[in-house]
Amino acid sequence: MGTFTGSFKGFGVTFAHMFRKVITTDYPFTPPTPAPRYHGRHILNRHPDGLEKCIGCELCAWACPADAIYVEGANNTDEERYSPGERYAGIYQINYARCIFCGLCIEACPTRSLTMSNEYELARDSRQDLIFTKKELLAPLLPGMEQPPHPMRLGETDKDYYIGALTNPGTSVGAERAPWSETGTEDAATAADTDARPETAGTLRRPGQSTKEAV
Amino acid sequence: MTDVAKKTDTVTLTIDGIEVVAEKGELVIRVAERMGIAIPRFCDHPLLAPAGACRQCLVDIEGQRKPVASCTQTVAEGMVVKTQLTSPVAAKAQGGVMELLLANHPLDCPTCDKGGECPLQNQAMTNGRSDSRFKEHKREYEKPIHISSQVLLDRERCILCQRCTRFSEEIAGDKFIDLMDRSSGEQINVYRDDFFGGTGTGDGQAGEGEGDIPFNSYFSGNTIQICPVGALTGEQYRFRARPFDLVSTPTACEHCAAGCSMRADHRRGKVLRRLAGDDPAVNEEWNCDKGRWGFQYQVANDRITAPLLRDAKTGELREVSWSEALLAAAEGLKAAKGAGVGVLTGGRLTVEDAYAYAKFARVALGTNDIDFRSRPLSAEEADFLASSVAGVTDVTYEDVENAPSAVIVGLEPEEECPILFLRLRKGHSRKKLQVTAVAPFLSRGFEKLGAALVKAVPGDEARLLADDPAIAAALATPGALLFVGERLATVPGGLSAAAALAARTGARLAWVPRRAGDRGAIDAGCLPNLLPGGRPVTDPAARAEISLAWKVETGAVPGTTGRDTDAIVAAAAAGQLGGLLVAGVDPGDLADPRLAEQALDQAGFVVSLELRHSAVTRRADVVFPVAPAAEKSGTYLDWEGRLRSFGTVLPTTAMTDGRVLEAVAALMDVTLGTGDVMTIRRELGAMPVSKATRPSAPSVAPATRSETGAHEAVLASWHHLIDQGSLLDGDAVLAGTARPPVARIGKDLAEALGVVDGDAVTVGTDRGAITLPAEVTDLAPRVVWLPTNSPGSTLRRSLGVTAGAVVRLSAGRPGPVLASSEVSA
Repeated sequence: MGTFTGSFKGFGVTFAHMFRKVITTDYPFTPPTPAPRYHGRHILNRHPDGLEKCIGCELCAWACPADAIYVEGANNTDEERYSPGERYAGIYQINYARCIFCGLCIEACPTRSLTMSNEYELARDSRQDLIFTKKELLAPLLPGMEQPPHPMRLGETDKDYYIGALTNPGTSVGAERAPWSETGTEDAATAADTDARPETAGTLRRPGQSTKEAV
Repeated sequence: MTDVAKKTDTVTLTIDGIEVVAEKGELVIRVAERMGIAIPRFCDHPLLAPAGACRQCLVDIEGQRKPVASCTQTVAEGMVVKTQLTSPVAAKAQGGVMELLLANHPLDCPTCDKGGECPLQNQAMTNGRSDSRFKEHKREYEKPIHISSQVLLDRERCILCQRCTRFSEEIAGDKFIDLMDRSSGEQINVYRDDFFGGTGTGDGQAGEGEGDIPFNSYFSGNTIQICPVGALTGEQYRFRARPFDLVSTPTACEHCAAGCSMRADHRRGKVLRRLAGDDPAVNEEWNCDKGRWGFQYQVANDRITAPLLRDAKTGELREVSWSEALLAAAEGLKAAKGAGVGVLTGGRLTVEDAYAYAKFARVALGTNDIDFRSRPLSAEEADFLASSVAGVTDVTYEDVENAPSAVIVGLEPEEECPILFLRLRKGHSRKKLQVTAVAPFLSRGFEKLGAALVKAVPGDEARLLADDPAIAAALATPGALLFVGERLATVPGGLSAAAALAARTGARLAWVPRRAGDRGAIDAGCLPNLLPGGRPVTDPAARAEISLAWKVETGAVPGTTGRDTDAIVAAAAAGQLGGLLVAGVDPGDLADPRLAEQALDQAGFVVSLELRHSAVTRRADVVFPVAPAAEKSGTYLDWEGRLRSFGTVLPTTAMTDGRVLEAVAALMDVTLGTGDVMTIRRELGAMPVSKATRPSAPSVAPATRSETGAHEAVLASWHHLIDQGSLLDGDAVLAGTARPPVARIGKDLAEALGVVDGDAVTVGTDRGAITLPAEVTDLAPRVVWLPTNSPGSTLRRSLGVTAGAVVRLSAGRPGPVLASSEVSA
């Protein structure tokens, strides 16, 4: 007898859950939105004219407790310029098999070149693919930006870039914020139209899988 | 160290409340350092004279009105010193100085190469204020400027400590870099025209104005190393790495016979930079630019990575497995053994590898036809090496510094052994050394040594050594030294005369070769007349000692003197040799490169152990890749005979010569036991000192002077330090610091030819001609000097002669006759 009522008790718990709020996420069709300051994959930002902010100083690699970052500096020339000033990162790699997303690299970066996005879809099917290079890490070009190498457009020297950056907080737009947002305040992960999100190696979406209705 | 052992007066003083005894005349900063009290400093360097330029080392001394710079203050009896650790006055003074130094120092540490190993960065953190009260705009200069093709100067970062200028003036003697301008515009620079209102673009780059003088010093790299900020940086290492990602390994330099201790920094399987190591007995804290920057050859594109075998069908080399190549080499050498195999080892081997060749030649090939000398040589030299060099360690760097007098023959120390030059210069400028040069002219190096010149026509040195009263007088003082270079081998009777002179005057004799492996090869037995340990091959007792050590039958080691390099080449060219075993030898270095290449073509079977493709590998039947110095451990013997052991910098799979030879020998049914360096070292270490009597010095009579006709001159020549040597390949930046090749002629020839400085002069022989701009020099009469192996002046290949030969001389470019002879050649 006791067994009989006991099983009803159990079914009751299950039945009651049917009327509760659903906490299961419909991943990957509806990716969850992380907190605004969630530590996701890194971004190498650009100056407003498209030049790289990274100067290849290796301070991020120095700060990295997991030894996940590898940088090799190189010499800018007047003919081939990637960043303002003398030095740029010839090679920049972050190994996401090692990265622990602690953000110490972000704190170390003297030019605010390295920041973190909210992107968390970083699983790959080979170790090699987990090593992100400049190709994957560099922020997408915004309107008005030009693919380096090109000469400095915003001033005579690198100092003009850094002094100007104080009054020009939008220079890293497109990195932390969704580039398609008009106000520039919308987070990439909560963009209205997920189809419009730039397709990177980490965000391969199935065609026609719009998630508008789900949101 | 006699300096330390010398009894000196001492004083007692107190530093930070601790009583300490110091030598009279010692500097306060040095005494504090000895006690373990670190006083911050920038301009102070133990090997340079005190300057008191940066003022960072201020300390409080009781009784002094103001803080005193401890790097210039000598100790005194009863002195009471308080450093920043115990005196707020000293701490505040140091903080203030640091604030002033940083007033104009840019905050570009992230782009600066020095970041992470910067004394200014470190001491600003330990002894500086946390913020600056200077809010003004910092001083700005055009940056960086090239003061030579290799050295870059960022004047913004400079704190005017003058370490670089003091090094250049006191140590190297190349006063090209100095303070310029006055007051707040005071800066370090090289001489530039536009600076003084002349030509030039005015953007600060040296070398664009007509009269610009770049930082033209063989020792310029040292200024980069001692710069306490990032003001001087090197093009080669610029932006390449940070100290934290470099792995540092102590090593030894593989270039010349100076034996510098070095530090090699590598990252990701690649050596990125090399620094001078600190070895007070040898190189102190310095090295030359060749040793510092000449290592790109290891990563050259033409490195051989797999064994190569000449395909019987196509006649081309193809990559094969190790076992196939080893078997082919063993069978080929076995077959060639009957007709004789010559072994040419070159001067680039470590002692261990040279020993492996020496043992392989005797045990596996049964021959004494082995010679390390890949340069013009003589039979007299081999006898001299056996009698006066093998196993002799009479002269050390310390002796050089303290000698009263030194005579130098057949050697230009700055070009051929730069650290010996620095030591000679130290003896000359700080002690009492008088240098006498027996040379055709007073070169820049000899000028910096304040040398007295005994003018010698090449070939005439033997007679001068025997007769010249000035040389005999210079060597008469007790402790005098006689330096002979490897070039004296080409002077008939030269080495005999030198040995006789040393015996007569009591002066100590030192033989200075040019390559790092030369001295070691002698003691390892890579000579036709010497077995390992300086044992003469003709001495049965010596052969018995070696047979016992090698555990072979007494008769197995051949007892007749073998062929030397020239004889091996001649025999092979005539088709009399069954085969050749060649290590790192460039035929272009031999007395007659064309004959050498012919020898390689004619020899029945050629095995080459090489690092990179060369004129030898192109003609070889089997080629084995071997490890460069950075990828193996080993030992060099420097000119003193001092062991310079080093460990592996980059662990790779590359094999040492000894290991390859052991594998080949095993397939020839011989156990060589040279498979790894430690085994060889044990074997060499266990070998007893030879009881064989040392052969007597050669006594070859001097040759009569060669007569020169009209439009003829005697050729003089030596190598520039930075030239076309194969270990300097692939480094355009370093090549840019080479001295420009010129043909030096005396006033007599200049007048006869009607040329002035800069006019083209053609030096020709029957084989070819070399045209270079003339530089009228105070030369011995009827002598022309050319660099041996510099761009546009490959003496042995183009002319087929060496120093002492008579050459034709004409003004301008070669005429049709010479041109046609060049073509037909």
